[in-house]
Amino acid sequence: MAAGPGAHRGPSAVRLVWVYPDLLSTYGDRGNVLVLERRARLRGLAVESVVVNADQAVPQQADIYLMGGGEDLPQVLAARRLRADGGLKVAAGRGAVVFAVCAGYQLLGTEFGGVDGEPLPGLEVLNISSGRGERRAVGEIVADVDPVLGVPRLTGFENHQGVTRLGPGVKPLARVSAGTGNGDGTEGAYAARVLGTYLHGPALVRNPGLADLLLTWAVGVLPPLPEAAESWTRQLREQRLDAVASMSG
Amino acid sequence: MGKLPLRARLATSLGGAAGRMSRIAGRGDGSVIGGVIGLRLEPDLLALLAAGRQIVLVTGTNGKTTTTRLITAALGALGQEVASNAFGANMEAGLTSALAQAPDAPLAVLEVDEKYLPTVLTATKARVVALLNLSRDQMDRAAEIWLVARRWREALAAAPDCRVIANADDPLIVWAAGGAAQVTWVAAGQRWHEDSWCCPQCGSHLLRDDLGWRCGECAFARPPARWVLGRQSVIDSGGRIHELSLSLPGQANRANAAVALAVASVFGVDPAQALPWLRGVASVAGRYTAIQRRGRRVRLLLAKNPAGWLEAFDVLDPPPVPVLLAVNAREPDGRDTSWLWDVDYRVLRGRPVMVSGERRLDLAVRLEADEVPFMLVEGVDEAVDRVDGTELNVIANYTAFQQIRVTVGRAV
Ligand SMILES: [Zn+2]
Repeated sequence: MAAGPGAHRGPSAVRLVWVYPDLLSTYGDRGNVLVLERRARLRGLAVESVVVNADQAVPQQADIYLMGGGEDLPQVLAARRLRADGGLKVAAGRGAVVFAVCAGYQLLGTEFGGVDGEPLPGLEVLNISSGRGERRAVGEIVADVDPVLGVPRLTGFENHQGVTRLGPGVKPLARVSAGTGNGDGTEGAYAARVLGTYLHGPALVRNPGLADLLLTWAVGVLPPLPEAAESWTRQLREQRLDAVASMSG
Repeated sequence: MGKLPLRARLATSLGGAAGRMSRIAGRGDGSVIGGVIGLRLEPDLLALLAAGRQIVLVTGTNGKTTTTRLITAALGALGQEVASNAFGANMEAGLTSALAQAPDAPLAVLEVDEKYLPTVLTATKARVVALLNLSRDQMDRAAEIWLVARRWREALAAAPDCRVIANADDPLIVWAAGGAAQVTWVAAGQRWHEDSWCCPQCGSHLLRDDLGWRCGECAFARPPARWVLGRQSVIDSGGRIHELSLSLPGQANRANAAVALAVASVFGVDPAQALPWLRGVASVAGRYTAIQRRGRRVRLLLAKNPAGWLEAFDVLDPPPVPVLLAVNAREPDGRDTSWLWDVDYRVLRGRPVMVSGERRLDLAVRLEADEVPFMLVEGVDEAVDRVDGTELNVIANYTAFQQIRVTVGRAV
């Protein structure tokens, strides 16, 4: 991680901002940063990653913004700070890529549930609204991605009590085949280059196709990776998908 | 035991018989099954067995079993019998069994699961509660840690006779202990900060500096400590410095020892008196000590969550001693392996690394991302066979650790 937003970078580097890991990083969210860095680097793309904590300004000129999951209290604080800061909304408005999981996903919307479930205003970057569901969704999730995106089926772990409704202009990211997701059979949401999911924590680790989609949005078409670089990830994906299939079958 | 009501006595003896049968049948050490049966017959059994004894409860995310063992050892200086759930059976049934098995012990030191502290505190009317630390652990099962802290706070507020010994360096612990009438603060350190960026009182950002931490907006701040842990020594509440020189390795265990000394002093055991007893503890439920396996010396370390992995890395033998990492994701481990991404594995560069366990592919992808070369192995014996030298260190999470202990033998 570089020291700050002003650090030196090459002209062609992918600029990546990890938003508020001090508040929104409960479930190994660093994995998403590491996977994006690795997959860019393997293709010869320089990556310039910046960590922005909640007491710092969110830079507006980066290429990809990542937001992680968090507990209720930090989520509420993050919403307050991000609304006051405004940087993320400006960046999304000019077409930057935003990838958010779990609490971060809810924050992107117009409304989310606070510590006692009360509705609180979100960042209004994505036309979704979230509240609290009847029971907590905990476990492996498998979902088939909107074919338009060309990403293989998602495998991940969810752990949330959120229910999310998608408004006009927003499409579901995927259709759930095992697990809960948004609560209506769909999972996640996207519009333009903003994408959110309930697959928590290191969601990109088991879904390199999703990582490549974000990189493609940021820099254009990518060359495929050599087979050896994908081997462990491919084995892990297969193992998890098989495990879920044998549990439900 | 004589003063127990008839039903409680019956429950105790039937529970004890079940525990003995379970041991004979080879199903673990029998420490839980007896309590389960006893509690079914007499739901108040824990309270009845606790009555009239002086009880210490120990809880926190990491270090419960070790600290329980250290306090038990320190109270040994009193020359009285001390009941304890020494093998980590830390829910109601395990505690009940521990007390039933030592009916005449006037003292008890009991490790308590974080979620059960309020119930157990009410039932046992504990004299002392030791609060070690709170961080993310098995997040797919446990309630959010802030809720745990809030329940502790409420339970301690309702127990004014209880003395709390609490870690002043952990903001969540300080907030939880803030509900108690009597608190002794121990500056025991905090290696893992990632779960305490927010003020538990008002939700604002906590600020940290060399002197500790404080809230940027409200008055919540690190309290001044009566006991202070240094790198190798402890300053007691009277200002005296004691070299620890423990047999157990690592700063995390020195923190556990500092808490143990503060607890022991509540019972009139002076640190100078307690320390020889603490130094006698070299292994805790199979952890830390080395065993011989096929001509190699194998050291076993348990790490159940990100904070625990940092502590385990702290006590590894220096490179190039190879290390085996073993990870499962069964119910007791938590089904979710996301936490692997909260651990920085780069410290393992420069030594041979092997991975095993049911979730070794998760470890493989994780180590690949950190550019740590590794090799997949089937289990501890393959790892032992692949060692060039004479030493192997093993870090495993909960059920992976138990599986390895079954392979290498429990006699440690
Ligand atoms: Zn505050």
